[in-house]
Amino acid sequence: MGIEEIKKVAEILLQYVPATLKLFGATLLFSIPLGMIVALLRKCKIKPIEWLVSFYILIMRGTPLMLQVIAIYYAIPFVQTSDSLEKMPGFLQTLIGLVDIRDAGYMFNAVCVAFTLNYAAYFAEIFRGGIEAISKGQYEAAACLGFTKTQTFFRIILPQVIKRIVPASSNEVITLIKDTSLANIIAYEEIILKAKQQMQLYSSLVPLFIAGIFYLISTIVLTTLFSFIEKKLDYYK
Amino acid sequence: MEEMLQVKNLSKSYGNLTVLKDISFHVKKGEVVAIIGPSGSGKSTLLRCINQLEKADGGEVCVCGQTMFSSDESGKAVYSSAQILREIRLKIGLVFQNFNLFPHMSVLRNVTEAPIHVLKQPKTEAIETAEKLLKKMGLLEKKNSYPCELSGGQQQRVSIARALALHPEVLFFDEPTSALDPELTGEILKVIKELAKEKMTMVIVTHEMAFARDVANYVVFMDGGFIVEAGTPEEVFSNAKSERTKQFLERYHNG
Repeated sequence: MGIEEIKKVAEILLQYVPATLKLFGATLLFSIPLGMIVALLRKCKIKPIEWLVSFYILIMRGTPLMLQVIAIYYAIPFVQTSDSLEKMPGFLQTLIGLVDIRDAGYMFNAVCVAFTLNYAAYFAEIFRGGIEAISKGQYEAAACLGFTKTQTFFRIILPQVIKRIVPASSNEVITLIKDTSLANIIAYEEIILKAKQQMQLYSSLVPLFIAGIFYLISTIVLTTLFSFIEKKLDYYK
Repeated sequence: MEEMLQVKNLSKSYGNLTVLKDISFHVKKGEVVAIIGPSGSGKSTLLRCINQLEKADGGEVCVCGQTMFSSDESGKAVYSSAQILREIRLKIGLVFQNFNLFPHMSVLRNVTEAPIHVLKQPKTEAIETAEKLLKKMGLLEKKNSYPCELSGGQQQRVSIARALALHPEVLFFDEPTSALDPELTGEILKVIKELAKEKMTMVIVTHEMAFARDVANYVVFMDGGFIVEAGTPEEVFSNAKSERTKQFLERYHNG
């Protein structure tokens, strides 16, 4: 491939950077709060809830993300057209009925749901580790000073948890930017899908190489960002 | 004199293991009560029950005339409403053995956080009070430091300031010097003596016998979950009636 062609391919791929970043951003936006909720539910004293949450984490971490993406994307149309829909509880019927699979945003939404559910499970385990690492004394001191449970969590526990989970979370976030490429399996138009098309068009590996550079740059940016955050949080031990 | 704390027949067990049995004592305003005894005698558990960190099984505890819990006919402890428990909580303060300062907050914020967010004091007022307290503890110049930058003795003084910032009626100390070396122990004991001079009502669990003798108005000796002996320092340290007390104190006199 000549320099002109490389430039052309790069320009095409660049158009799909937003699609990749959109999936990356939306997954982070939803999976971090959901992960926090899951982590707290996992510590729930009501056993059935704890079991349910543990089961969810097992499935999400125990099966490939690619499989989850395919399953969720095809599950809704499958259920909508099958007669098993009528056997479901009313609220599920309504919920599934509301999804319009012909809607332009359906594909992105399905991918986003799959990624969010998967990443929330990983984040939940990181958060749980962070929460469990905070000593009982912190809760007791807060209780003796009259802080409510909510105040204790948000003012005293959470800031300490955040410092502890930054290194592990940075790993997840860096993995996520690369995992977004899995969405190409259902033809979500992102960088890898386009790179594959360009590769076939030009019978050249260069488009894949260009796509690789994008992920590399993203990783460098994220690594720098996280080491900056870690340094910022280093003011106490 | 006004009764600040009344404990009647308090009992507590973990499963089959009885850790506190029939504990009764009271503390009057301005008094300093020292609780001494061997490790595992239930001293800390007693403080933790009074500070609502553990649930008692039976008996009665009143703080400043408000009942925290009392026994029903079957002898089981029945706790007061959450509202009353909260009011009681704010009347008492607890200083921990290992300080339990908030590591992510500066010294000043450690002291002002509860007054601002629990008592809803204006920020300026809370800071003013905190600075006064830190000055008293000799730590004003450390107000912007973080707990990890302080020595154990300094951390413990911050935690005393933190407890005092809520203006408690009674201040409890759970072995406040056990995590400190002898030199640092001295600075904490000095602070507690100062507070005693100002007529702060205090209950102190301690292994510092000389200090207990010196500063306390009333000494409680516990062993095996019971109060074995209680009285003035003179009565307990010099004229102990029980063999167990004598035996325990002998080790300190010899050591």
